[in-house]
Amino acid sequence: MDIHEYQAKELFAEGGIPILKGEVARTADEAEEIARRTAGPVVVKAQVHTGGRGKAGGVKYCKTPGEARESAEKILGMQIKDHVVQSVLVVEAAEIASEAYVGITHDRATRKALVMVSSEGGVDIEQVAATNPQAILKEPIEPALGLTPGQARRLGFHLYPRQPKLAKAAASILSKLACVFFQHDCTLAEINPLVVTEEGDLIALDAKLSLDDNGLVRHPELEQLRDLAAEDAADAKARDAGLAFHSLEGAVGCVVNGAGLAMSTLDVIEHFGGKAANFLDIGGSSNPEKVLTAMEIILRDPNVRVILFNIFGGITRCDDVARGLVQVFKSTEIGVPVVIRLTGTNEDQAREILGEVDVVTERTMDGVIQRAIELARA
Amino acid sequence: MAIFVDENTKILVQGITGRDGAFHTEQMVAYGGQVVAGVTPGKGGQEQHGVPVFDAVAEGVAATGANTSVIYVPAPFAADAIFEATLAGIELVVCITEGVPVNDMLKVYDFLQGRSTRLIGPNCPGVITPGKCKVGIIPGTICEPGTVGVVSRSGTLTYEVVQALTDGGLGQSTCVGIGGDPVAGTSFIDCLDAFQRDDATKAVVMIGEIGGDEEERAAAFIAEQMDKPVTAYIAGRAAPPGKRMGHAGAIISGGSGTAAAKIEALEAAGVAVAVLPSDIPGLVSRSGAV
Repeated sequence: MDIHEYQAKELFAEGGIPILKGEVARTADEAEEIARRTAGPVVVKAQVHTGGRGKAGGVKYCKTPGEARESAEKILGMQIKDHVVQSVLVVEAAEIASEAYVGITHDRATRKALVMVSSEGGVDIEQVAATNPQAILKEPIEPALGLTPGQARRLGFHLYPRQPKLAKAAASILSKLACVFFQHDCTLAEINPLVVTEEGDLIALDAKLSLDDNGLVRHPELEQLRDLAAEDAADAKARDAGLAFHSLEGAVGCVVNGAGLAMSTLDVIEHFGGKAANFLDIGGSSNPEKVLTAMEIILRDPNVRVILFNIFGGITRCDDVARGLVQVFKSTEIGVPVVIRLTGTNEDQAREILGEVDVVTERTMDGVIQRAIELARA
Repeated sequence: MAIFVDENTKILVQGITGRDGAFHTEQMVAYGGQVVAGVTPGKGGQEQHGVPVFDAVAEGVAATGANTSVIYVPAPFAADAIFEATLAGIELVVCITEGVPVNDMLKVYDFLQGRSTRLIGPNCPGVITPGKCKVGIIPGTICEPGTVGVVSRSGTLTYEVVQALTDGGLGQSTCVGIGGDPVAGTSFIDCLDAFQRDDATKAVVMIGEIGGDEEERAAAFIAEQMDKPVTAYIAGRAAPPGKRMGHAGAIISGGSGTAAAKIEALEAAGVAVAVLPSDIPGLVSRSGAV
């Protein structure tokens, strides 16, 4: 789960990482009011779950509260890479002497969290890795130790060579960032840029945190940081029901159990010349309610011309899926053909239950997918 | 012979009185394996499907000689269950639990370095040596004893492939689900290495998916260390980048972890890569090893 800059900065402030004073605004009035209270120039920053805000015109320097109001009017409602801006952060402006990058993420290859710092800040770290790799220094974090003070100092001196005061201040920020990363079960904690101000202070000018969805269960307080307005209604419904779901662009709606089989179903659809309307994994445990919700989500999509069920019963019981489907047929006007392949646990019972409703059944995965594609074209 | 589990495996179930634990204990007992103990703290002294329940893994091990554990506890407690089993001297820990936080798995992975305990999973369907022993949730009915080793990051897709092998007259030596998380205890290479050394295995089927570079590493291992034929399938050719496809580890990020890169690496290593899951039995037969 991604959270907004202003939310990440609240967690930074709790963790003792220096940030500039700012408040979030949802209207131009609020932005003007915050700028007035700040007494001095401010920066108005779009709060969206994507990068490239500056380039898109979503970050503006404003000398007066009136300018802050004008900028907020322009930025609120602006679209940045599919994301509509619904709030802005109004934050005091700083005089910047230099910019650096610091970030922590999981490294799959070493199975460790990895700290990366770069003396080139304010730009994409991948770009620096490609053009100027020697600017970057990495330190893996030993899971049993956490980021050690020695590692933090080494990283600090890489950023600020022969500037012990700044290097030690950076080391302290890195140690605190590592605490934030582990305390909140993050998958990414990034400060880009970390700046030295004209006064010589080190400040996190930006803040980005992504939270491990699997960690949220032990941080219920972080769940409320989820931006429900930024989320698609279908995505929210799927998440609440415990379904893994992504909307795609084709005409074949898919209901599959298991992530691997669901991915493979999309591949086989493409192989036979069709296109899936979605990825949907109803998960392991069988529950007629899940089938109901899955169908509701898929039927919201006007591009869907056929619904394909590919179920391999293991823990998932085919009769439960069939029961859910019969309920949908009784309660909803489906309007598109439904093709089904159910195999495994209790498949005979499932077939009996499905006798009541108007569905096309096939025995194999290839067969059901080819049939679905034909029907989508019809 | 087989890999990881066989007729000598003595299974202890962690979380035996929970909904999933109880259901699958019954299935594992019915399959004919030795399920010797279960653990649910506070329920020691009870029985579940005829299996004695203990309050701690160490107690269960001392009383029954269990050498393998299978974990069905909820995600926030899974890491601790792995620590407990390892410290109690369990040789093989199979963690079925889905949704374990990554930071927990970093600690687990680090803890297991230099210890003799093997972890399979988490977020996996377990291991089955057909006709001998099942640890986890792979349906016993789809498997047949034979000489094809199967290793996979998936659950139901594995069942699809195993069913197709069985229908095609190709039985299996052992089927291992290594799980769909970014940090797992056992890798493709660990399983390929075990299959290469296993006399009962004549050919291997490897089912990978998008995300990470485990398949590319496996390809290098196959080229250098294996003479048994390997047939592969990679799920996620049609997956959009940047989206987690159900499994926590199945994501194309920053252009890496694509199906195309994995397929290219495997083909360069001489591996036959199936386009459709249904092509796999034919490719295995064509390898001439079984």
